Amino acid sequence: MNESSNVADKLLNDVRLLRQKLGSDLHDRLAGALYHRAAQVSAVGVHVTGRPAVDWDLGADKILTSRWLGFPIMIFALMAILWLTIQGANVPSGLLADFFFWLEGHLETGMKAIGSPWWLTGFLVNGVYRGLAWVISVMLPPMAIFFPIFTFLEDIGYLPRVSFNLDRLFRWCGANGKQSLTMGMGFGCNAAGVTSCRIIDSPRERLIAILTNNFMLCNGRWPTIILLATVFVAASFNPAWSGIVATATVVAVTLIGVAVTFAMSKFLSSTVLKGEPSHFFLELPPYRKPNLLRIFHRSLIDRTIYVLGRACVTAAPAGAVIWLLGNINAGDQSLMAYAISWLNPIGQFLGMDGVILLAYIVAIPANEIIVPTMIMAYMAGTRMTELDDMGELATLFHNNGWTFTTAICMMLFSLLHYPCATTTWTIYRETGSVKWTIWSNLMPLILAVVVCASVAQLSRWLN
Amino acid sequence: MGNCNSCSTGCSDTAPNRTALVQIGGVYDYVVALAGNPNTGKSTVFNYLTGLHQHTGNWPGKTVARAEGFFTQADTRYKLIDLPGTYSLMTRSVDEEIARDFILFGRPDCTVVVCDATVLERSLHLVLQIMEITNRVVVCANLIDEANRKMIALEARALEAELGVPVVPTSARRGHGMDHLLQHIHEVATGAALPQPRRARLDDEIESAIGLLVPQLLQMIPNLPCPRWVAMRLLAGDERMEQALRSGELAEFSKDPAQELVLV
Repeated sequence: MNESSNVADKLLNDVRLLRQKLGSDLHDRLAGALYHRAAQVSAVGVHVTGRPAVDWDLGADKILTSRWLGFPIMIFALMAILWLTIQGANVPSGLLADFFFWLEGHLETGMKAIGSPWWLTGFLVNGVYRGLAWVISVMLPPMAIFFPIFTFLEDIGYLPRVSFNLDRLFRWCGANGKQSLTMGMGFGCNAAGVTSCRIIDSPRERLIAILTNNFMLCNGRWPTIILLATVFVAASFNPAWSGIVATATVVAVTLIGVAVTFAMSKFLSSTVLKGEPSHFFLELPPYRKPNLLRIFHRSLIDRTIYVLGRACVTAAPAGAVIWLLGNINAGDQSLMAYAISWLNPIGQFLGMDGVILLAYIVAIPANEIIVPTMIMAYMAGTRMTELDDMGELATLFHNNGWTFTTAICMMLFSLLHYPCATTTWTIYRETGSVKWTIWSNLMPLILAVVVCASVAQLSRWLN
Repeated sequence: MGNCNSCSTGCSDTAPNRTALVQIGGVYDYVVALAGNPNTGKSTVFNYLTGLHQHTGNWPGKTVARAEGFFTQADTRYKLIDLPGTYSLMTRSVDEEIARDFILFGRPDCTVVVCDATVLERSLHLVLQIMEITNRVVVCANLIDEANRKMIALEARALEAELGVPVVPTSARRGHGMDHLLQHIHEVATGAALPQPRRARLDDEIESAIGLLVPQLLQMIPNLPCPRWVAMRLLAGDERMEQALRSGELAEFSKDPAQELVLV
């Protein structure tokens, strides 16, 4: 054994001497020899027999990645996707909600018929079941539209062009161009976005991408932003334009998120995560005819069902907690009323109110139940409630002292605050570091507090 | 060497690292690795070959996704392992490290390199590197339909003669050429065909450095299948390779008489 380790040592010593003699450009020389050989082989076996009449790929690349048209096209594509998602999800969402609430009535009757006590019926049907029903009817239709469109763009080869366009900006931020792909995934679900950061090789750049993924609006937050944009912003315009105005508002919030991502990436890479951007191949693959079957499989099975399943797992207990808070009394008030009055001063300081803050705390496991929690608290009801008519909702908010500022602050808080519990857990798993996991929550929270407090203060001055 | 894989316990003389890499599970006769550049339709080839017989996980100790699946060809059962898509095997990136370690230490019975036929020259870079590690290579020139549309013609026979390994033009999306690919995998994995790769000639100084190291390596590990590649990696300062040399992991190759000697 000793003898063989001596042989190994001698060999490695020879290797070191030879390496010194060869110099430091060994890698380039090896690569050069391989390129040369590849060219030789290809000259023998590959023949170009002619040129296609029109090179569509090159033409499309010139437009999609052009200095002037690249960004407008990207923003237009984003608007188109959001518009289709918002408009398309409306009707199926309503139908699903109708169905679930019809079923709820029957469940309640059924529970009573088999002699279940009121608190058990309330806990299971008005708590757990309602939480699930809300999440499914609010999330499923937009996801079933958004994910296939996103996957379609991925499949035809547009997303690598987006990466290419954004690469310069990321380079300026000291981050990696592939971060744009992880951001795209984050639009669907931040946990999925954080996982996809694995495609970034440099640990420093991967960490930047993970820590900033939260600023991409996820599926749980789209409905909140869309609702506020429709009820508060678009409602003051001509109904014919409300769809466009709502979309533009949502796009504006999204773009703020993108801007914050760049700013925070730059901040991180010039303070705690210093370093030079790494180099990588950014290949523009040929445009492909989309394979519809594959798109449906990947977007519906791998993404939609997966994200929805996880949302349901977190929404069910959250629904139960909301029901308990509203139904357990301490003295003459419910626990919920106590919590709201205690949180109210902080909420006011941030341009919102106690109800909204409570909703954000209850919704740590899943962002999608924020709006239902709020509505339930405002109605002082004992359960989450579905209001079909947007007009009714606006009236409810106005009656509870909402202003334009409240809506703006809430949208900003929703965009910035902190990642949901699932994403936080994913961040811990991916980074393996408690420090970075805490930082990933603290950094957005501080930012959200600063931004919302400033907007609230500004609006107080202006009035 | 593949036949001993069908027992679930593993034999005492298999390298422990290989067991970890191949993750013995399921019943199969041969292991096939699937390598290739990103965006060459590698996943399509993988899905075509394995259908629904696949599952995913992570590479041992790494946060890189790993897919593996099974297929049968001519009554022989194959386990197919999808390697991370890479352009090369020479850098420190995690993906490249996983791919090169698997091809070397995992000792697949056949390595299929999926290439983009529309830009074959670029893909050949990876093919040439894999040919340094193993003889058992099959080149799958995928997206041949797109290449034809772009008026690019491949002469498979000429490429085969030039490279010394089988070259199969395919269009995995349409299923064209896939039977042919399966046939070649079968021949190479079972040993019915033994490819003789024609390797790239490096510059004289590097060749002479390799020439000094190879005899020493072969003296230490008589059956080492790819002394040239090991020498290249050592010269490049690959710590994993140094460690494998010291720990005797590389020496495991000499205990495996079925692994043929690569003639330099």
